[in-house]
Amino acid sequence: MTVYLDHAASSPLHPEALAAMEDWLRHGFGNPSGSHAVARRAKEALEEARDAVAGWMGVEPAGVTFTSGGTEADNLAVLGALGFASAAPSGPGSADRGAVVVSAVEHAAVRRSTEVAAAAGHEVRSLGVGPDGLVDMGQLDLLLDADVAVVSVQTVNQETGVIQPLAAVSRRVRRRSPGAVLHTDAVQAGPWMALPEVSAVVDLISVSSHKIGGPQGVGALGGRAGVELRAQIHGGGQERERRSGTPNVAGVVGFAAAARARARELATLAEQVEARRDRLEKLILEAVPTAVVTAPGVRRVPGHCHLLFPGVENEALLFLLDARGVCASAGSACASGGVEPSPVLLAMGVDRQEASSCLRLTLGPSTTDDDVHRAARAVADAVAVLGVARVAS
Amino acid sequence: MRVLVAMSGGVDSSVAAALVLDAGHEAVGATMKLWGGPSDTGCCSVSDVEDARRVAQQLGINHQVFNFSEDFESRVVGPYVAEHAAGRTPNPCIECNRHLKFDRFLERAVRLGFDAVATGHHARVERRGEGWCLRRGADEAKDQSYVLHMLGQPQLARVLLPVGGLTKSEVRLQAAHLGLRTAAKPDSQDVCFIPRRGGRKEFLAARTELHPGRIVDEEGRQIGELDAVELVTVGQRRGLSGAIGDRYVTAVDVEQGLVRVGPLAAARVERLVVQAPAWVDGEPGREEPLEVQMSAHGRPVAGRWLGGGEVALGEPVRPVAPGQSVVLYRGDCVVGGGLAAS
Repeated sequence: MTVYLDHAASSPLHPEALAAMEDWLRHGFGNPSGSHAVARRAKEALEEARDAVAGWMGVEPAGVTFTSGGTEADNLAVLGALGFASAAPSGPGSADRGAVVVSAVEHAAVRRSTEVAAAAGHEVRSLGVGPDGLVDMGQLDLLLDADVAVVSVQTVNQETGVIQPLAAVSRRVRRRSPGAVLHTDAVQAGPWMALPEVSAVVDLISVSSHKIGGPQGVGALGGRAGVELRAQIHGGGQERERRSGTPNVAGVVGFAAAARARARELATLAEQVEARRDRLEKLILEAVPTAVVTAPGVRRVPGHCHLLFPGVENEALLFLLDARGVCASAGSACASGGVEPSPVLLAMGVDRQEASSCLRLTLGPSTTDDDVHRAARAVADAVAVLGVARVAS
Repeated sequence: MRVLVAMSGGVDSSVAAALVLDAGHEAVGATMKLWGGPSDTGCCSVSDVEDARRVAQQLGINHQVFNFSEDFESRVVGPYVAEHAAGRTPNPCIECNRHLKFDRFLERAVRLGFDAVATGHHARVERRGEGWCLRRGADEAKDQSYVLHMLGQPQLARVLLPVGGLTKSEVRLQAAHLGLRTAAKPDSQDVCFIPRRGGRKEFLAARTELHPGRIVDEEGRQIGELDAVELVTVGQRRGLSGAIGDRYVTAVDVEQGLVRVGPLAAARVERLVVQAPAWVDGEPGREEPLEVQMSAHGRPVAGRWLGGGEVALGEPVRPVAPGQSVVLYRGDCVVGGGLAAS
């Protein structure tokens, strides 16, 4: 039996999402952009889904742009918002290109998008984090000024689960860079936080369906009215000219069902999962006294358990956990499937060697008490094996 | 046994994995991610990892990726650049075998509870009395025992080289027979981390300063110029401008920016000094008649180990570039070897 503790990577479909998608795929079809009856039914399904997702996110339905996932939503937010900021025809490096402030611990979708912006001549200012993983508010004050067009700070870190002080970030952005668009990647916040509280303090918010029990390949960018975005995918002008292409109706129907279910179940689920996460952490720390919690004493979302095992290589640890039926992650996978040193941990000031000893276990709705006990035992076993084995020579 | 197969995504290691299974062992495949930079030549590209993964799926075994790129940088690429900068001629494949494949990888395999590792090298590990012997591969043209000469008894006890008893065409036939997707994949060539476009010169120029220099003959007269002393190899004849004629490079002096050339007769050597030799099963006896090989596919010549790092050759040979490996054989078994000294 597999113990699945990688919900932050992808979480299984919620039964209601599966039922909604199955119903749509069996009985519905059609291109929502058409003008006939079949198209109208598809359009209706799409817009009902938009209402539900908007409600879950806490934005107006008109502000929801469906995308192919969190990554596309992040690209559209950063590059789309900059597209309008720099609409004036000007060469790279010219002063009227807005600057970007971005935290050093963002997901690659945001990080790489800001690299594209930098290559196009935008100044990119990196906002560091402290050893606790929280963005440096003092530095933020120094980075913000009237030249800043876009600020992107995540709601929750993808590796550590640390919750960023977004309300405080927002207050500073409004005061020092009142013209700037504030974006947050809330992909990892989606499963665990009431998103309307997040949306209330930002202009753009990215979410993903498969982290909350919806299907893969669907996400959304929520925007406040009046925030203009330049499309990054061009064509028929769907999604209010913000994202062309025939919408993935079955996908958004599943996403909407998952969002409704999550909103309803959130309070109970968060409490249960947090208790299991704390139990898992306690069991591991008891069994492996050298292990440390990566960001102790900082507010984290309930599903994330992120630990360091000094002296242990996480690639080897993951191998042994896999062999024992435990699916876990090291946080940051490279394209070929190996483990890269985590840029998040390096930004927190963890040294390279220690960074390569990290393990991310993320719990979800389907995680049981038995999973917690088996995972804790497997981790303890694996660390013990790696701690004693040596090449006989 | 539990065997961890180093699968590069090439045909040899694909068949090695199949043969490990055939022999009744439990096998897991692992691909080392060694190089993160842009290269279109050898191993480690995402598509090679994908090939290895798919072959593992075809064989029904698990597959993992080990990211050793930082070790590769510090143990292989960095020293490769430093050696060139010092005017020597390194062989990075040997350093990769020494530090990555048969140290880092082997060590991890043992930690993970494997009894042995297997690779797709063309050489043979055979039992000899109490110990192990490293023999040339069955395919003379593909023999890779030279680049494995640093393996000692502790390593050989844990290394399987399943394709060493086959010729390359037998390996391809076997792969085709099993329907492996790598059956017709071309052999890897050259140094895996050097892009074909731009080559060695561009790679080195990006990482170290290359210096122009003068080519001087045996009497010290300047007979030519060149724009990167660091790219010249002792024993080289082609690719140098100027009135080189029939002469060979006899010395490279980076500090002085000098490349000395001389006629072959004067350049030939009959004695070599080997640095930090490693032995498969102990140092050979003094004066023992052995065979000496000075490049990966070079013709072995008769010689004797004199002790103290010295090798006497039975015939004069072209000078061996400092940094190249000198490998001693007893019959077709590797005795050991080390780096040619300056």
